Amino acid sequence: MELTGAQILVHFLEDEGVELVWGYPGGAALPIYDALDTDAKKLKHTLVRHEQAAVHAADGYARATGRPGVSMVTSGPGATNTVTGIATAYMDSIPLVVITGQVASNMIGLDAFQEIDTVGITRPIVKHNFLVKDVKDLTMTLKKAFYIATTGRPGPVVVDIPKDIQNAKADYQYPESVSLRSYEPITKGHTGQIKKAIDMMVSAKRPIIYTGGGVVLGGASEALTELARLLGYPVTNTLMGLGGYPAEDKQFVGMLGMHGTYEANLSMHNSDLIIAIGARFDDRVTGNLEKFCPDAQVVHVDIDPASISKNVVVDIPIVGPVKQVLEKMLSLLKKHKMTPDADALADWWKQIEDWRSTNCLRYEQIGHKIKPQTAMEAVWRITEGDAYVTSDVGQHQMFAAQYYKFNKPRRWINSGGLGTMGFGLPAAMGVQAAFPDATVVCVTGEGSIQMNIQELSTCLQYGLPIKVLCLNNGFLGMVRQWQEFFYDRRYSMSYMDSLPDFTKLVEAYGHVGIRIDDPETMQAQLEEAFSDKYKDRFVFIDVITDQQENVYPMIPAGAGMDEMILV
Amino acid sequence: MRHIISMLIENESGALSRVSGLFSARGYNIHALTVAPTDDGSISRLTLVTSGNEQQVEQIVKHLNRLIDVIKVVDITEGDHIERELMMVKLRATGAMREEIKRLSDIFRGTIVDVTQQVYTVQLAGESQKLDAFIEAVDKGQIIEIVRSGAVGLMRGEKSLHL
Ligand SMILES: Cc1ncc(C[n+]2csc(CCOP(=O)(O)OP(=O)(O)O)c2C)c(N)n1
Ligand SMILES: [Mg+2]
Repeated sequence: MELTGAQILVHFLEDEGVELVWGYPGGAALPIYDALDTDAKKLKHTLVRHEQAAVHAADGYARATGRPGVSMVTSGPGATNTVTGIATAYMDSIPLVVITGQVASNMIGLDAFQEIDTVGITRPIVKHNFLVKDVKDLTMTLKKAFYIATTGRPGPVVVDIPKDIQNAKADYQYPESVSLRSYEPITKGHTGQIKKAIDMMVSAKRPIIYTGGGVVLGGASEALTELARLLGYPVTNTLMGLGGYPAEDKQFVGMLGMHGTYEANLSMHNSDLIIAIGARFDDRVTGNLEKFCPDAQVVHVDIDPASISKNVVVDIPIVGPVKQVLEKMLSLLKKHKMTPDADALADWWKQIEDWRSTNCLRYEQIGHKIKPQTAMEAVWRITEGDAYVTSDVGQHQMFAAQYYKFNKPRRWINSGGLGTMGFGLPAAMGVQAAFPDATVVCVTGEGSIQMNIQELSTCLQYGLPIKVLCLNNGFLGMVRQWQEFFYDRRYSMSYMDSLPDFTKLVEAYGHVGIRIDDPETMQAQLEEAFSDKYKDRFVFIDVITDQQENVYPMIPAGAGMDEMILV
Repeated sequence: MRHIISMLIENESGALSRVSGLFSARGYNIHALTVAPTDDGSISRLTLVTSGNEQQVEQIVKHLNRLIDVIKVVDITEGDHIERELMMVKLRATGAMREEIKRLSDIFRGTIVDVTQQVYTVQLAGESQKLDAFIEAVDKGQIIEIVRSGAVGLMRGEKSLHL
């Protein structure tokens, strides 16, 4: 069937199974938007209020569902506005396809109106990108884009489509399959390596399983849980890996890294074997590399060979999909009836329980200032630990990671790699659109929320009943904390002056605003916010918290994992 | 350590900048880079000379492999290999210097490929070190211009870089 490029795009997206797309129109995308109007049957487009939000929303959708997120924007400023969103997805390996309009082919290179080298600008922050030069290549290019975005180590792919290509006609037929001679994702880990790894695993005396976002993305939570329970080893998750292992399980020792638990970091530091799965030894995890886990051997399972031995030299590398590798480990352990050293393990757990007994996440709610931790814990209880929680970046993000116990994967949605303030609200839009009946909480700060606050309007238009929990400390709190610790309390530019009255602001946008500033009434007010009364409403909960509160424990920059500041 | 990394890449406009962009983004060195089409018009062969310790070069190769437009990568300096670089040197050649340059060029198995009343252009091919040695050997004052192709190379014997 002969269609225009723009129609091909719309038909392709539907045939590919895409249901939702977030975007914003403009000159170089007009044919695409017209085709949405004339040709789309199932595809639903959400009009955001800023292109950055279109990408974060698609990203939130992808993180929550495991399916690729799609957004579409116009050329020039439309494309440049997506850059932060694309980089955010890139750093966390999130599958996205971002369609950008481009000026007509014969105008490229002439500094035409709204011309920008989108492929050039996004090159370092995509898994791959394409400029479509012939309408005949469009269908296959789109197929490749989805294939590349979703396989191997996932990531964002940009497809830049000049306006003349959107208007030109070609035959369209949905391609069922695609292959690329230069790209063959690995489908199986090396069995010999896996055998070596399990030998090392069962003979360890002080082992720890350290898992990251790869377990969540790779759908390996169940396999991980089964393996960990079979071995009886302690498990720690990275910020990106939370929910990959049930947080309320007794083998879970908490998040590790800069604001990780005492027991997680000390277990890592004192271990003799680190079993790293879908994690990448990020600097926020390892602290000072020179002091990193002096006695530990390392088994590292990852889909991306370039992540292995990048920061920490690995003894047994296993390149492969984490799920397949973990399942293989399980079957081999069972088949050969291999069991760990029970006595050593008992001693190890005794030691870990001792560290755990410091209760490093304790805090005291005294006086009339609300501790952010109490608000976070209350929301965890009220939502029965079953909400989708998106977050922005700062202290509130760490409180959410520490005090909301995620028992399931894909529930905790935050920008771990890039640390993008402004991610939380648009990401929540993507999650809520995917799961209209689910409880979706966006944990934010008064600083971060203002970086994409225009999306309040989108939330009204599409009736998204998101609950925003703003831990309002009147400061760029994480910046203030570093200034307190490392810059002699010179609070340069970290005070958030002239804040709006958020309740009035959201009311102006047609939403419900609740202000909480009294610890006595907090519980009841939060319960009301999450009650059936507001089931279908967007509620902004502005919690006025203790301005001086810091995130503990903390590994200061340059320190080792055993050199934590506790309180 | 100096390494020569040779790769087959898609013959597409963005492919080269993906490779060079990777090097600048990750802070790796490129001492020389050369690229040209192969017998298969859809594939180019790119050779680059870089340096780094073993772990760095391993990372470089892994990251190159990650690029979608890169089809195959090999560090040819890992085993026996042959490398060649082409150089043309324009030298001021008057009076007694004409004979001197001719003699030097012969020693290095060079060819004088262009002659004017004032100038000889010497063409040399060989390992990069040999070209360095030639430059060392001529009088600096005589050099008008130098152009080098950057090294290319291949593995010895049966081993080869192909699809
Ligand atoms: C886009 C962006 N700009 C700057 C930063 C640096 N930064 C990290 S945390 C933070 C403060 C965030 O303040 P707020 O949202 O109020 O959260 P709080 O730390 O107070 O909980 C800043 C400025 C960032 N992460 N992202
Ligand atoms: Mg704040």
